[in-house]
Amino acid sequence: MNVQPDNKSMKRDFDIVGKRTARPDGIDKVTGRARFGADMSMPGMLWGLVLRSPHAHAKIRRIDTSAAEKLNGVHAIVTSKDFGPCDDSLLDIRENVMAREKALYDGHAVAAVAAVSKSVARQALKLIKVDYQVLPHVTDVDEAMKPDAPVINDKLFTKGLDKTPKKPSNIAERFEFGHGDVEKGFKEADLVIERTFRTAATHQGYIEPHACVASMGADGRGEMWVCTQGHFMVRNTCAGLLGIDVSNLRVTASEIGGGFGGKTTVFIEPVALALSLKANRPVKMVMSREEVLRASGPTSSSSIDVKIGMKKDGTITAGDATLRYQGGAFPGSAVPYGAMACFAPYDLKNVRAIGWDVITNRPKQAAYRAPGAPMGAYAIESVIDELCRELKLDPLDVRLKNASTDGSKASYGPNFGVIGLKATLEAARNHPHWKAKLGKNQGRGVACGFWFNFGGETSVSLNVNVDGTVGLSVGTPDIGGSRASIGNMAAEELGIPYDKVRCIIADTASLGYNDVTDGSRVTFASGMAAIQAARDAIGKLCERAAKIWGIPADAVVWEKGHARPASPNAGKHEPLSLADIAAQAGATGGPIAGHCEINAEGAGVSFATHMVDTEVDPETGHVKILRYTVFQDAGKAVHPSYVEGQFQGGAVQGIGWALNEEYIYGKDGRLQNPGFLDYRIPVCSDLPMIDTVIIEVPNPGHPYGVRGVGETSIVPPLAAISNSVSDAAGVRMTRLPMSPPNVLKALGRI
Amino acid sequence: MFQVHVRTRINGDDTEFSCEADETLLDVLRDRVGLTGAKEGCGTGDCGACSVLVDGRLVCACLMLGAEAEGCDIETVEGMATGAKLHPLQQKFLDHAALQCGVCTPGFLVAAKSLLERNDNPTEEEVRYWLAGNLCRCTGYDKIVRAVLDTAADMRKASKPKPAKAKAKKASAKRRVSA
Repeated sequence: MNVQPDNKSMKRDFDIVGKRTARPDGIDKVTGRARFGADMSMPGMLWGLVLRSPHAHAKIRRIDTSAAEKLNGVHAIVTSKDFGPCDDSLLDIRENVMAREKALYDGHAVAAVAAVSKSVARQALKLIKVDYQVLPHVTDVDEAMKPDAPVINDKLFTKGLDKTPKKPSNIAERFEFGHGDVEKGFKEADLVIERTFRTAATHQGYIEPHACVASMGADGRGEMWVCTQGHFMVRNTCAGLLGIDVSNLRVTASEIGGGFGGKTTVFIEPVALALSLKANRPVKMVMSREEVLRASGPTSSSSIDVKIGMKKDGTITAGDATLRYQGGAFPGSAVPYGAMACFAPYDLKNVRAIGWDVITNRPKQAAYRAPGAPMGAYAIESVIDELCRELKLDPLDVRLKNASTDGSKASYGPNFGVIGLKATLEAARNHPHWKAKLGKNQGRGVACGFWFNFGGETSVSLNVNVDGTVGLSVGTPDIGGSRASIGNMAAEELGIPYDKVRCIIADTASLGYNDVTDGSRVTFASGMAAIQAARDAIGKLCERAAKIWGIPADAVVWEKGHARPASPNAGKHEPLSLADIAAQAGATGGPIAGHCEINAEGAGVSFATHMVDTEVDPETGHVKILRYTVFQDAGKAVHPSYVEGQFQGGAVQGIGWALNEEYIYGKDGRLQNPGFLDYRIPVCSDLPMIDTVIIEVPNPGHPYGVRGVGETSIVPPLAAISNSVSDAAGVRMTRLPMSPPNVLKALGRI
Repeated sequence: MFQVHVRTRINGDDTEFSCEADETLLDVLRDRVGLTGAKEGCGTGDCGACSVLVDGRLVCACLMLGAEAEGCDIETVEGMATGAKLHPLQQKFLDHAALQCGVCTPGFLVAAKSLLERNDNPTEEEVRYWLAGNLCRCTGYDKIVRAVLDTAADMRKASKPKPAKAKAKKASAKRRVSA
């Protein structure tokens, strides 16, 4: 059955969708019963630990594991030799999970052990001798692009140029997006401002470190328990790296203690499996916080040039940006997304964004909530703010004047469908926050943000049980309440109470393939699949009712949770509830279930406008967030509490990125702040309440109008806060984080 | 490795365990006693996910050795509910959707309980500073703070069935929520 993206058939009146229902995992999570990655143990389990490179860049001449192997209680040691040939698409992952000829960053895994206890494993690590030849390193994006920079990978030749260069470099690829003629546009402008911005690398900062248990049997069959955003991805990647048939590896997703994109790839999982394979025992691995910061997948640091021209009436005549992102030791930073997203809020005649993907001696970056977009938006929205200030124009009016709207040609190519950017800007302009008075050393900033959102491969099973309850199996790990929102949609479609639906995350052996929980796709795509699976089940429920009544199936309709005769011609029959039909399932043809396997299309893009008041202490450089309001288009807020939660959480991660968070590398190329004390994420006392305004401009691509909401909320904060601080401090801020030393420098105090 | 024998009371139950001399209380609770409610988010006392009460004092279980728990009375998140009846904080966290991923939740609940045992009428600022040792990356803390303030209000009502009008007014005036 297909659900066509069709405005007319879109459901608008809801009984359950939009209600703040109880999440099925709630009681487990407040009582300590919920089982996260590190909470699982298996009989005979060993503990695995990783030995990591202390050097940013070094040739590995020799690894001597002989003394460690002799230690009592050690059952397996693996190095890169234990990871054999694999598909080309997995080569970078294979090298990232275990260094081969070279260690490419501080924290790069070089060996791992499995032992009977953590303390024995720790002792064993100390007995492994690695002979390194230290090489020159580079960790800064602009330094890495220089012709004389140390070359990290001598097989890397820049892609995306007219001519592929003959010499290797750290520049992996060039991207370009846009249309029109920017030079012509700048000539039409009354004012052109050009600036360079820099942002530091930040980490997703999920509170739960990566953890897994892997168990590989002598029969070649294995199982894994993993905290991940995608257990099907873990299965396919681990199977590919270790030459195991995909069907022989069953992966269960644990409860996940935050991910934000950082758990969309593998780090310790293939290592645990390799250790288990060698030891023939289950192996548990849990990263320490230091390992998470040094050796998982933080975001890119960036360096961005922006030039924008504006007329006196606020019309933007041209926008041009060059974005340089370092993505760690391997190609694949999120710079193309940054370049595509940065001008997306504006309907521009002349626009160009160039992206440079650069490698450095840092951990391979992973996705972080709207990957690549916040930095680009920061730079563009800062220059727009400055233009408004110079031309004495209202920043919300100027944004409304230039805002992308239904049908606008996006800066990255396609034409937008139905979008809600203007609605967020109008809501911002009408909100009391916009008119509230500011005091001394206080400022206000606004900024817009955009994210694409995603659909993807999705598989859902819906079982109608004998007692009239419904078991709903989805394959997308629930990262913030999606079981409740998907349950809302299934109950809505079936017409039964929410508490009759139990939504679980099924393992990889129980469902078809599912893409990872990313791209703000779960409530959209698993929700769409759940609705379609419910419709599939409804078709079967109607067939059973027809059988019971002895009438043709097409003479039965489903309304409010009951099968009813479609018309008086079908005869007089008392409506049969889902529970009535379920109770007779055995006699009418066997179990009743609905299924849906789709590659979900029709994801609706999402926009937000953020408004923030700050106070800058001119003596200390400290910035305090006084007031914060998020205005975002959710399409349809299926579960408003968790929509608000996504808005608030994204805004606060953005606050951390803007004010405190920063990967600090020493001259030796080592990470200097690998802990929560020195890598400081916002704490409760740093913040005010975060106000939210949910805008609902339905997405025609979803039967209930849903848009993804999870990522857009981190796109505007960097710029909104920088604009606010610039207003408060009276100088334009161009560097993140706006930590006290950086603010004092901008103020000319140090 | 040499192990130490320790006698404690955990969530009201007399509990004995043996542990290595350098093993943290958190590892003991999780790996030896089987109480995995307290989480390790950092292992350095910076995130509060392992918050437990030791003789009524709020501590990070990752900063205390198991061997130091000899003779101590330990309370963890698993001891907060009474049978199937949730502690009011647990219920309010659910009502306010004060958790997304839920991994920091046990630590927040234990820390908030400890606050309300000392101060049944905290201001928003007092809640924010008390909970500043507990990191949450999902929620932005908004709904957590609201849940704690709401619990405090309910608990005050429950413990004082007929509050004097003037006093109740004063209490609510003291409690400023900046939203």
